[in-house]
Amino acid sequence: MTASAAHLSQTRLPPRPLDHLDRLEAESIHILREVVAECERPVMLYSVGKDSAVMLHLARKAFFPAPPPFPLLHIASGWDFADVLAHRDRMAAAAGMELIVHHNAAAAAAGVNPFDTPTPVYTRLMLTEALVAALDAHGFDAAFGGARRDEEKARAKERIFSFRSASHAWDPKAQRPELWNLYNARKNPGESIRVFPLSNWTELDIWAYIAREGVPLVPLYFAAERPTVRRGNLLLVVDDDRFRFLPGETVEPRWVRFRTLGCYPLTGAVESRAATLAEVMAEMQAVRVSERAGRAVDHDEAASMERKKQEGYF
Amino acid sequence: MDGRDSPLARAAAEPLAAPEGAAAPAPATGGLLRFLTCGSVDDGKSTLIGRLLHDCRALLEDQLAALAADSRRHGTQGDDLDFALLVDGLAAEREQGITIDVAYRYFATPRRKFIVADTPGHEQYTRNMATGASTADLAILLVDARKGVVTQTRRHATIAHLLGIRHLVLAVNKMDLVGFGEPVFAAIVAEFRAFADRLGIGEVVAIPLSALAGDNVTAPSARMPWHAGPTLLAHLETVEVDWDRARARPFRMPVQWVNRPDQTFRGFAGLVASGVIRPGDEVRVLPSGRTTRVARIVTMEGDLAEAAAGQSVTLTLADEVEAGRGSVIAAASAPPQVADQFEATIVWMDDAPLHVGRGYWLKLATQTVTATVAHPKHVLNVNTLEHLAAKTLEMNAIGVAEVRTDRPIVFEPYADSRTLGGFILIDRLTNRTVGAGMLHFALRRSQNVHWQALEISREARAALKNQKPAVLWFTGLSGSGKSTIANLVEKRLHRMNRHTFLLDGDNVRHGLCRDLGFTEADRIENIRRVGEVARLMADAGLIVITAFISPFRAEREMVRRMLPEGEFLEIFVDTPLEVAEARDVKGLYAKARRGELRNFTGIDSPYEPPEAPELRIDTTRTSPEEAARLVVARLLGED
Repeated sequence: MTASAAHLSQTRLPPRPLDHLDRLEAESIHILREVVAECERPVMLYSVGKDSAVMLHLARKAFFPAPPPFPLLHIASGWDFADVLAHRDRMAAAAGMELIVHHNAAAAAAGVNPFDTPTPVYTRLMLTEALVAALDAHGFDAAFGGARRDEEKARAKERIFSFRSASHAWDPKAQRPELWNLYNARKNPGESIRVFPLSNWTELDIWAYIAREGVPLVPLYFAAERPTVRRGNLLLVVDDDRFRFLPGETVEPRWVRFRTLGCYPLTGAVESRAATLAEVMAEMQAVRVSERAGRAVDHDEAASMERKKQEGYF
Repeated sequence: MDGRDSPLARAAAEPLAAPEGAAAPAPATGGLLRFLTCGSVDDGKSTLIGRLLHDCRALLEDQLAALAADSRRHGTQGDDLDFALLVDGLAAEREQGITIDVAYRYFATPRRKFIVADTPGHEQYTRNMATGASTADLAILLVDARKGVVTQTRRHATIAHLLGIRHLVLAVNKMDLVGFGEPVFAAIVAEFRAFADRLGIGEVVAIPLSALAGDNVTAPSARMPWHAGPTLLAHLETVEVDWDRARARPFRMPVQWVNRPDQTFRGFAGLVASGVIRPGDEVRVLPSGRTTRVARIVTMEGDLAEAAAGQSVTLTLADEVEAGRGSVIAAASAPPQVADQFEATIVWMDDAPLHVGRGYWLKLATQTVTATVAHPKHVLNVNTLEHLAAKTLEMNAIGVAEVRTDRPIVFEPYADSRTLGGFILIDRLTNRTVGAGMLHFALRRSQNVHWQALEISREARAALKNQKPAVLWFTGLSGSGKSTIANLVEKRLHRMNRHTFLLDGDNVRHGLCRDLGFTEADRIENIRRVGEVARLMADAGLIVITAFISPFRAEREMVRRMLPEGEFLEIFVDTPLEVAEARDVKGLYAKARRGELRNFTGIDSPYEPPEAPELRIDTTRTSPEEAARLVVARLLGED
């Protein structure tokens, strides 16, 4: 990649006025580079979702013509969509980056699964604790996450450089002030940093950027006829034959797509015919429900996100 | 600033402040507006933000449902939506009923995207306001129409102004509670304008509104027909932020990271702070001062024909110049200054007060250095604008003080550049961000020296001599053999056509340091002077050889820090005391033992051996000739 990069582009791209996506992009790239310059062992948490896709794309731009100088880390719950895993491997290879996959095999072997285990416990064991274990095992001192401040109220007050104690706890009252674009990346012994380069992006910005840059996405974001089951408010997609049906549940083919991707038995789809990016964005403009509404994880209780963050969740 | 020309002053003739260009069409580059809202506890700030988000359809159905549920449980508005609950995010805050931290909100209209920094009005949270203000283009100061301009309003206006916000909106809220009366509004505007003039604030746009009822927030108020100006949202959408101000200034890009994937590519990655750059443009790399030209502007999409303020890019340069993280690539024709002593305004943000004279980490753009802060010249009473005397800076204090850095940094006054004029101070023990500062100017005594020195750089002088400057610093006991070996080293180098100079301990005592004795303080001063002379000679391109006992570690480290990394070679001539004493070439040990010489190193004054010298010579095993050969090999091996 590098050899060709050194010789390419005899033609130069003409200037154009900077719009708000350009400014967000420049800010995110600046953040990515600051971490690489100031931290010893960064890693990028890669969930394979659309925010992760944008974050990975920004990382490739930030360090071009070099590949991003850190590995990707995927926390696999064992109940990931098959499309997600295929896309993950494809994107890591295309970026020329090392991919680390971590799975809480002990919990899975002990019978933890999204059907029998209460959702908060399942999430803590398969996602939160798995993440913490992976970070500790590899000695990462900084981890990029794709969270945005518009997602949730607790996130709105979180810094871009968010410090975690040795036990990965978040203390919202001891946050360092962040002025201008100066980030204090100095850690005390045992501390690590979660860094959120997409803090100032909104969901709409993410979609607009994906469209502009042609960022590759998992096909699940686009409507297709899929085998679905309605469970409460959620419309679930039967991704493999491990799906457990409740009495009376039947599989119905429906045109659906996802706004957010998690464990397939816990992630709700929305009915949609939007099969292209343009159609998805048109629906986005009209939609009146936030993307997290589709996640069983966040409905547990009020202030759930703040509590989860204090435990070490991204 | 001249208050008579400010829009607010013009508005005085016509009390309804109409912003300039309100009727003009939206700018083609609507872009991104970052603003900050500030007000005291009950001014309705959260309600205003909630109203903006709601009316701009930034709230979605499930969020509205959650808000309705929250409103019934915690709200203060009966069955109506309590927008304040929307922004008071943390559970801890809801319990206490106050906002404890800066929160960021997002909404967009077809014309612009907005990022709102919501900062608490609580008195003890000056640091949060400064944080929010540091990235904002515009500030909304919220005033309760019943209370008018209060202490908090003045405090917020002062901080917004100090942080360089050029656009202020005075939002007079709760007009519904004063019967939508124009005289109330006009009186508040007049009072605020008087204060703003004292601060030197230029533009202020005043808007009467009711956040709760929605008057003049997004839709014009039928109940205030006397207000001819825009609604708040219309103003936010159309205010002409100086997008082009940074672009019009000379080019500067602090280097964040050197991109070196292989031997064929060396790129300098950074966010352009100001100006425009094109391939072929002449640039100066600071602090080294070398000039070269930009070869390429590299991005993943392909090379750019130009890059401007606000873009993150990677530059390659035409020549191999020394540059790394912390360097600033600047327009050769108008480079920024380099200095190590400044006057600055500092906002203190930590529970532990400023320790005058203690070393803190100072981070400015991508430069991190050690800095000390002198006693404040004064602290600012933000309510009265009085200058008060103070010995230190406490939490939330804003003071003016001199700042010294341990090496020169590239900077611009904050008024010209937030990037090269704004800095944070970090405690070296706790790693907390304890202060934020804005540089005013370099103190003259530091400014002149560095600037002149850069015209012909030390590298240029050394290049003429075809060598790399260095200081070979011999340290060891009296009689250890320092001068003998140093002499041999100089002879060897001289034969190799290297330009050298030997500074000998005994010799400088006859002139440069004639006035100094052998007390600890005098010995420290002796080494400081020799260090400074050695540095000047190294700047001249010479290989400097020094032979001084230099018994104290701290002073040797002081000299090491005066020189660029790698140019100070500490050579420990390691001779046991009994061996040196047995040699006693000058008869000094005998004198010291007889008590005729005081403060003699090794006898009644300590010698602190180097912990990690570049070279250690054991003179009980190595001959002087062999030692000299080793020193020269080490020096040239570094070349």
